[in-house]
Amino acid sequence: MRGMYIHIPFCHQICHYCDFNKVFFKNQPVDEYIESIGNELAIMANEGHSFNGLETVFLGGGTPTSLSERQLDRLLEIIHQHVNVRELREFSTEANPDELTRGKLSVLKSGGVGRLSIGVQSFDEQLLKRIGRTHSAETPARVIRAAREIGFDNISIDLIYGLPEQTVKQWKETLDKALSFELPHYSGYSLIVEPKTVFYNLMNKGRLPLPGEDIEAEMFSMLMDRMAEAGRRQYEISNFALPGNESIHNLIYWDNDEYAGIGAGAHGYLKGRRYANFGPLRKYMDSMGSGLRPVMETNEVTITEAMEEEMFLGLRKSEGVSLHSFESKFGKTLTEVYGVVLEELSGKGLISESEGSIKLTRKGVFRGNEVFQQFLK
Amino acid sequence: MNHDERLARQKNIRNFSIIAHIDHGKSTLADRLLEKTETVSSREMKSQTLDSMDLERERGITIKLNAVQLSYTAKNGEEYTFHLIDTPGHVDFTYEVSRSLAACEGALLVVDAAQGIEAQTLANVYLALDNDLEILPIINKIDLPAADPDKVKQEIEDVIGLDASEAVHASAKSGIGIEEILEQIVEKVPAPTGDPQAPLKALIFDSHYDQYKGVIVNIRIVEGTVKPGDKIRMMATGKEFEVIETGVFTPNISMRDELSVGDVGFLSAAIKNVGDTRVGDTITNAKNPASEPLPGYRRLNPMVFCGLYPIDSSKYVDLREALEKLELNDSALEYEAETSQALGFGYRCGFLGLLHMEIIQERIEREFKIDLITTAPSVIYNVVTTDGKELKVDNPSMMPDAQKIDHVEEPYVKASIMVPNDYVGSVMELCQQKRGNFKTMDYLDASRVNIIYELPLAEIVYDFFDQLKSSTKGYASFDYELIGYKTSKLVKMDILLNGEQVDALSFIVHRDFSYERGKAIVEKLKNLIPRQQFEVPVQAAIGQKIVARSTIKSIGKNVLAKCYGGDISRKRKLLEKQKEGKKRMKQVGSVEVPQEAFMAVLKMDED
Repeated sequence: MRGMYIHIPFCHQICHYCDFNKVFFKNQPVDEYIESIGNELAIMANEGHSFNGLETVFLGGGTPTSLSERQLDRLLEIIHQHVNVRELREFSTEANPDELTRGKLSVLKSGGVGRLSIGVQSFDEQLLKRIGRTHSAETPARVIRAAREIGFDNISIDLIYGLPEQTVKQWKETLDKALSFELPHYSGYSLIVEPKTVFYNLMNKGRLPLPGEDIEAEMFSMLMDRMAEAGRRQYEISNFALPGNESIHNLIYWDNDEYAGIGAGAHGYLKGRRYANFGPLRKYMDSMGSGLRPVMETNEVTITEAMEEEMFLGLRKSEGVSLHSFESKFGKTLTEVYGVVLEELSGKGLISESEGSIKLTRKGVFRGNEVFQQFLK
Repeated sequence: MNHDERLARQKNIRNFSIIAHIDHGKSTLADRLLEKTETVSSREMKSQTLDSMDLERERGITIKLNAVQLSYTAKNGEEYTFHLIDTPGHVDFTYEVSRSLAACEGALLVVDAAQGIEAQTLANVYLALDNDLEILPIINKIDLPAADPDKVKQEIEDVIGLDASEAVHASAKSGIGIEEILEQIVEKVPAPTGDPQAPLKALIFDSHYDQYKGVIVNIRIVEGTVKPGDKIRMMATGKEFEVIETGVFTPNISMRDELSVGDVGFLSAAIKNVGDTRVGDTITNAKNPASEPLPGYRRLNPMVFCGLYPIDSSKYVDLREALEKLELNDSALEYEAETSQALGFGYRCGFLGLLHMEIIQERIEREFKIDLITTAPSVIYNVVTTDGKELKVDNPSMMPDAQKIDHVEEPYVKASIMVPNDYVGSVMELCQQKRGNFKTMDYLDASRVNIIYELPLAEIVYDFFDQLKSSTKGYASFDYELIGYKTSKLVKMDILLNGEQVDALSFIVHRDFSYERGKAIVEKLKNLIPRQQFEVPVQAAIGQKIVARSTIKSIGKNVLAKCYGGDISRKRKLLEKQKEGKKRMKQVGSVEVPQEAFMAVLKMDED
């Protein structure tokens, strides 16, 4: 495995759009959960999975920063027991602006965390309220300053566009503000309304005035242009970075490489199998009592599926899918497997070949799903 | 069995059906009767035993008829043989209902204790009265909090004119009143009359195809007897067969040595084609034939036509096989091959009505797993060309050029709509909208009116019945019969996608409504057809003249730009789902058109 994802499923406030596995922090067995992470790592090691040569660890959620300093410290201690953190190429955590206190920043720093991915989402006060975020538009500036003072320079912020009643002008202002911090990395996601969210409910009642496909396309276009002007390269559909500051962990997903998923509801890809852990906390923690991994379901990825995934994940990257690495991975050339599809897609101007790789064109980036689908059986 | 034994048995036969509004509990009551008479043990009981097709169970409606034999030992100590004959409950199948009622002497009229009599019930009650059936009112769902049996009784007396004083208070769901119903059947439903020694007269009220036995014909013996080995003749078609098996449904097939007067059962005779056994026809003995058939036979002609095309063109042969199989079971279904420029190879099919059409379409999709495009239903138009030729056109795209047409005639029906007088206004408004000509209006009693309109069949084939029901809160009952053709100012409206005419979207419209309809349809198509790779103009044209236009926009953005973490399976599922949705669309030229678009021309009134 190249990477490890650790899921912290607690939040002090649930955002209206979020459909990740998460629960309200209050009254939850948080300490016990942190210990369970240690159990899972131990069981995994016992089963013969080696953490040597691990390149990245990523703490996600939920909200890792919902933990107290003491809990964070304990979590990092557990990780250190299993992983040689000093050897990692990247150790990231997601963070909520209003939870990222100097105390927590210091704990993270001394625990070896080097990269922060801060969930800013918007710099518009009204929109932040509307989507259920608790921080104010001013918070990120303060947090970024504090983080830099404590020695974090690899900082990224997440932004969301296509929010209810969001205008192109508001999005432009958010982008301006975000870029003014001159961070090495930015993520820009479009709002997808998923079942079991506040937004989904509102949408079904006809009370979620989304800006619509055309406005969203305009925002996406603006995001790409502004990032390019600022020298942040779009190395993946939603991710932009100064050269050398790409998220190594995220690239593991798009490179179709293997990673461990640790924690309740986490997903992983190990030894040719994709798996998902039990989501409910109790189920997750109790299932390890028998010394088995807390895996709810697991699927062997067939060769065909692996090739499909290579394509629909790989094409998300600006560097695309390399003809050479495809062949060395699967023993067949891309043209042998997908010749007809490739021809059709390039005929439509959605993909092109350059530098020995197949890549999405700009038009193809906007219509990624159409392209990706073509590789599915 | 000798003559006296037959007569003794006949005395204790009771044949009845159940008349009820769609959710007033007909199937549940049937289930209870079967249970109570131990025809079906509770263990075997699936809910709605009589509705055997999945589709029937799901939609809660009866499509094909069933007849079940029950044995009941009455309080008087005698053993009775009941035949419960189920009836379909939709206006498309009025004729079948009337034939199955003709096989009975009595009918249980089930009325919801809270809701009272509804339109559909009324129509069938009148059919039952036409057939001189003894009607036993039953007030069902008596245990509902909102039940008001006295009011419902009064309504039965006022509206139908039946004596409801002895109406059973029942709850089929809770098993209340079932015994009393069975006793009333014994007491009130007359035993079959008819002479077992007379020449055979058996009424066909249904048939279905069995792959081993051929057609199984459901019959009611009115006169005479029939047994295996007998040579029989279908009086309408003249076809002759030798009987192989006779029996009854209990509800499983049970063989009997013979069927005699009053029996409701089946026979098989190595009949290969359902079309030889037409509902309403009389079976007689070929060696000792009856002089007259039973009254009421009517050949069923398809009234509504549409094209069925497989979305996946390679399934054309599968579609033919599916239609062949369905036809074995359904003599009213007709089909012939046709070709559409837009849709490729398919079939033009004829149906009794729209429900019939929907059922066939759904069965093909479900039972044969073929995704279909259904074109808008059409009637048969008579087109007289300028050179005096007469053409029959059942497909709008086959309509000749306007300058070659002298005039067009379309089929009209006489529609009888029975409705409480509060709704006369809304019924007339609806009929007027549908190009109807008002004929007469009769007051049946102080509160009920029978309104007669002449309406173009084309205007009622789609959702007239639904609209009628919704504009009268379900109180209207509706029946129609074809009265012939009339000249109308009709024109063909063509639809162009991306500048190319799509033949499968053409439709016939009255000239006076053509602009409005054209405008509405292009708007509708714009909303139904998803955004495409490029901008697509949608135009409506009469001949060369464009009467309306709209534009389908090109795709703005369609890419997963959401943070999914490491959940790749989820990404895959999402893409697979999008791809699946695409498969259900038909590529017409360079435009992807979803199924619904082809039906859109008809759904105009919903907007």
